[in-house]
Amino acid sequence: MLTLTHFLVLAAILFAISVLGIFLNRKNIIVLLMSIELMLLAVNCNFIAFSHYLSDTAGQIFVFFILTVAAAESAIGLAILVVLFRNLRTINVEDLGSLKG
Amino acid sequence: MDMKTLLLLIALAPLAGSIVAGLFGWAIGRRAAHVVTIAGVAVSAILSLKVLSGFVFGHAPVFNEPVYTWLTVNGNTYSVGFQIDALSALMMAVVTSVSLMVHIYTIGYMQEDPGYQRFFSYISLFTFSMLMLVMSNNFIQLFFGWEAVGLVSYLLIGFWFKRPTAIFANLKAFLVNRVGDFGFLLGIGLILAYFGGSLEYRDVFAMAPQLAAKTIELIPGHAWSLMSVTCVLLFVGAMGKSAQFPLHVWLPDSMEGPTPISALIHAATMVTAGIFMVARMSPLFELSDTALNFIMIIGSITALFMGFLGVVQNDIKRVVAYSTLSQLGYMTVALGASAYSVAVFHVMTHAFFKALLFLAAGSVIMGMHHDQDMRNMGGLRKYMPITWLTSLVGSLALIGTPFFAGFYSKDSIIEAVNQSQLPAAGFASFALTASVFVTALYSFRMYFMVFHGKERWKLNVHEHEADAHDEDEHHHGLGPNDNPHESPWVVTLPLVLLAIPSVVIGYLAVGPLVYGDFFNGAVVIDAIKHPALLHLGEEFHGATAMALESLRSLPLWLAAAGVLAAWIGYMKAPQLPDAIRRRINGVYVLLVNKYYLDELYFAVFAKGSRWLGNAFWKIGDMLLIDGLLVNGSAAMVASISRLTRRLQTGFIYSYAATMILGVLALMTYWFAPLILR
Amino acid sequence: MNWATLNLMPALPELFLLSAVLVLLVIDMLLDDERRGVLYGLSLATLAGCAAMQYLAWTPVPVETFQKMFVADPLSGVIKFFLYGVTAAVLIYTRQYVADRQMFKGEYFTLTLFALLGMNVMVSASHFMTLYIGLELLSLALYALIALRRDSVPATEAAMKYFVLGALASGLLLYGMSMVYGATGSLDIATIARVIASGNGNTVLLVFGLVFLVAGLCFKLGAVPFHMWVPDVYQGAPTAITLMIGSAPKLAAFVFLTRILGQGMEALLSQWQGMLMIVAVLSMALGNLTAIVQTNIKRMLAYSTISHMGFLLVGFLTGNAEGMSSAMYYAIIYVLMSLAAFGVLLALSRAGFECEKVADLKGLNQRNSWYAFLMLLAMFSMAGIPPLAGFYAKFAVIRAAANAGMVPLAVFAVLMSLIGAFYYLRVVKAMYFDDAEEDAAIEVRADMRLVLSLNGLALLALGVLPQQLVALCMTAVKQSLTSL
Repeated sequence: MLTLTHFLVLAAILFAISVLGIFLNRKNIIVLLMSIELMLLAVNCNFIAFSHYLSDTAGQIFVFFILTVAAAESAIGLAILVVLFRNLRTINVEDLGSLKG
Repeated sequence: MDMKTLLLLIALAPLAGSIVAGLFGWAIGRRAAHVVTIAGVAVSAILSLKVLSGFVFGHAPVFNEPVYTWLTVNGNTYSVGFQIDALSALMMAVVTSVSLMVHIYTIGYMQEDPGYQRFFSYISLFTFSMLMLVMSNNFIQLFFGWEAVGLVSYLLIGFWFKRPTAIFANLKAFLVNRVGDFGFLLGIGLILAYFGGSLEYRDVFAMAPQLAAKTIELIPGHAWSLMSVTCVLLFVGAMGKSAQFPLHVWLPDSMEGPTPISALIHAATMVTAGIFMVARMSPLFELSDTALNFIMIIGSITALFMGFLGVVQNDIKRVVAYSTLSQLGYMTVALGASAYSVAVFHVMTHAFFKALLFLAAGSVIMGMHHDQDMRNMGGLRKYMPITWLTSLVGSLALIGTPFFAGFYSKDSIIEAVNQSQLPAAGFASFALTASVFVTALYSFRMYFMVFHGKERWKLNVHEHEADAHDEDEHHHGLGPNDNPHESPWVVTLPLVLLAIPSVVIGYLAVGPLVYGDFFNGAVVIDAIKHPALLHLGEEFHGATAMALESLRSLPLWLAAAGVLAAWIGYMKAPQLPDAIRRRINGVYVLLVNKYYLDELYFAVFAKGSRWLGNAFWKIGDMLLIDGLLVNGSAAMVASISRLTRRLQTGFIYSYAATMILGVLALMTYWFAPLILR
Repeated sequence: MNWATLNLMPALPELFLLSAVLVLLVIDMLLDDERRGVLYGLSLATLAGCAAMQYLAWTPVPVETFQKMFVADPLSGVIKFFLYGVTAAVLIYTRQYVADRQMFKGEYFTLTLFALLGMNVMVSASHFMTLYIGLELLSLALYALIALRRDSVPATEAAMKYFVLGALASGLLLYGMSMVYGATGSLDIATIARVIASGNGNTVLLVFGLVFLVAGLCFKLGAVPFHMWVPDVYQGAPTAITLMIGSAPKLAAFVFLTRILGQGMEALLSQWQGMLMIVAVLSMALGNLTAIVQTNIKRMLAYSTISHMGFLLVGFLTGNAEGMSSAMYYAIIYVLMSLAAFGVLLALSRAGFECEKVADLKGLNQRNSWYAFLMLLAMFSMAGIPPLAGFYAKFAVIRAAANAGMVPLAVFAVLMSLIGAFYYLRVVKAMYFDDAEEDAAIEVRADMRLVLSLNGLALLALGVLPQQLVALCMTAVKQSLTSL
């Protein structure tokens, strides 16, 4: 029998993976975008699980909004990435360090 | 004109002048700029004297009213207001009249400077801020004035002369002053917290007696007297502003600024703000013997040890600066002895003769073409007679020659300390008495080196020590074939005008000011616990009698010994016996009575002081306080700053890691206990 | 949904703004490059219209609509008026700057107005969903604005960093929201507050969620340790966009904080108070200390912002009406100060020259004493020197903390405000005491000259006459946060 806790732990694991993806990844910015996407999915998983166990639809509706925003966010992210590539000719995370101090 | 309008005019006239000269100086030109600022300050000075005369010749009522309500929060009203009683009236008169002299003097001193209009704007602005400080009837306005004068002074000293644009160049002076301000603010904070939420003096002083026995626990388990903590914190503020040991290091450095600034801000007015503040807060300080003892000890250390440092300086302005420090120490000791009126009296006399000495030093510097090293001077008496005479008057006043202004105030302080029954009085008494000798020594060392002896610039030995002054485009000194010449009248007139009060003000004012009832109501003294001034009053039989009595007292002879030591050390020993003996005839006659004492003894005395001064200067001031304490903390701030800067690596992953670590840290602290429970 | 009873009145300004932006988008398509200036006028007109609508929609008591997802109350009303004003000032200050740098396009105006719409929604949201939508609308518009200058390497780098970290922060915030949802069974702020207060919520889940919420909120404010984006974005973004990021969104973030922590999580005060205290102390310390070594004035102002947010939090975390209203006052004054400071930087920049080093301000007083004076007002106000507005702002938050019994925090704040003054004085020194290194004429459009002057003088006026604004903040907070 699957309980709420199982879903929460799953979501937490997904969340942790995405966070690790953001700060362990030293190579490709696209991986960052994927991690961000994964993070939002982890949150969605949480919302749906709670929504189901609370028998309250608000959480599921919220998920639709999050999905929509995530799509917009990816679009912007990719657009910035394109501009960045045109300027720097690289999408390496470690090449992104001229602003510091 | 009613009182309120009058007071507003006094405060705002310099501000108006400052704004006109500052914002429109480019349009109205140099002449109009000094005319308008001098007019503003003159109006203010005349009206201040009028207010003061109301207190001197009649018993003018105390004016204490808000003039503008700033803010009402939670039932507490904060307003701008004036409390004009004998204390503030006296300070106003001193501030505005010295400021007027400095304004006039500046016409001559700054005439070649491109920032002429701006400079007038700044000193007028300073005058306004200082007036706001002394006229205030509440702590917020006091703090405003406090910050404003500090800011003007800070900007002027640190920034005037061109320096390498190092970011940390001024951090040092800034930090020292901030230590003082920190204490001051915390003191005000305690008052705000415990004295019923009002910040008006009237309400705070009314609450004070009820809180005399109250204790607070700043560190759990240690109950401290609220009054003592508050007063000590407030005094820390005074230590910063009035340059008391160990927060004094900024004052000698401030001599980098132009001389009028040194005279106005760093001798006559701003540095006495701390003294004024403590006198103003006398109803609070009277309730804490701890604070008074603390004040007395700090003051004694400053008076004696800063005097020693004056003996070894070669930069003429630095000698005067250390002398200022030492005199501020005297004032502080007087506060500690509950002789507030004496302290303020010394503030007044000192304002006149020290402004005089500074302006005279400025005149000498001009004559020497911006060379400040006394080792290149000598014999100037011939070339700059007015400067010479006025300097002599200033020096005599400073060392406490009977009938001169400084004598009355300084002697009263020493007497008050002798009468004080606080534990710290013993040390203070010793320090002040010894310091009389030191004062005479460094004053007349300077006097002899500058105005008498060989005309050393002709020897063309321009040895400049690194600490003497920074090189700048103004500085070229005097060639061996040039001769210095007397300064223009705009410079000498203020000297003469300041020399007059330096002679007579003490004789005239000592009776009413110190021993009369002039300050009744303005300062509060607990006569049972601190009867020093009361005893003093019983022994006072007029100004002339006081001067005559002093002939039998130790300080006068110590002062004479100091002058003699200076003479031997700087005139006699450098082999010019004949010429010198002729030139110094006046002083020689004066000293001849004492001449039966062994010459050698004085030489040792003078040499000993010099050696002591050197030791304190090199080890104490330069190494420990300035080097370790001040530079150390400035360097610490700098290195912390560089360290935190390195946290910002520039890489996204480390930024993200910081955020996640932040979350984890918050979680371990708040969430972990929750589940472990 | 029953349309007949749907009250659109509270959302009138937002509806107007949305329609106006859509109209602007269409108009933009019809304009050629020479007549792009029309958009500038229309945007300002839109803002004036919003302010008028806001006046019509003004309500002295909270009114909810859209199934309690949207609320109009004095807090949001006051803040929105400031948002319109600030946005208008931003547009006016940046007019010449963007025109000189090929950024004077339709996108600039529509994105700015969309960001404003996002802020408006954030400010009026009473539901986690509307809060999130508003936040994202603001953030997405800002990401795009930073990258608007496509050929600038620092700008794109800044945009990328802001985007990744911003998305991470949104993720943290959402994760927190989901936990709170699970613990209380609702996304509605009022219901959440009720459930927590009644003690029916799952405390473990709640505190777990709270940590994430605080992290997300602090990111928006730019408080340590969630501040890393601030210096890089301030420095990298074109100054016009830095002005946008550094001004209005801070007001929105303050209300955001108030809605979630002050209203929703009020019963958990003892928990978030401690968290914010740590964050505030770190922000004040790190911001002030790191600012000392900066030579880039935009970066220096970024660190100064971090420390200002620390001060704001000092007031906010008391959780009482006095503290919250002082924090609101602080936020408003902060925005006015940074508008003035960046405004002067924009005035000094021109085609081919970016004014962004402290050294670029050298001798400004000789070049133009009025702009030097305005910058002086901004710097002294930021340093908290009386009688400027920044002094009372600091005084108010510190007093609120002391009154709430947090004496060590208040003492620390005093210390930091004293140390912090140093680097502002460096700017003053450069302007007044150093010699000018260049003598290019400073040409500024008349409208900007006027607004910038008013902006600077407002700092003086609000310092001398703080009463009205203080009272306004107090009323707004008391009327809107009814539990206080």
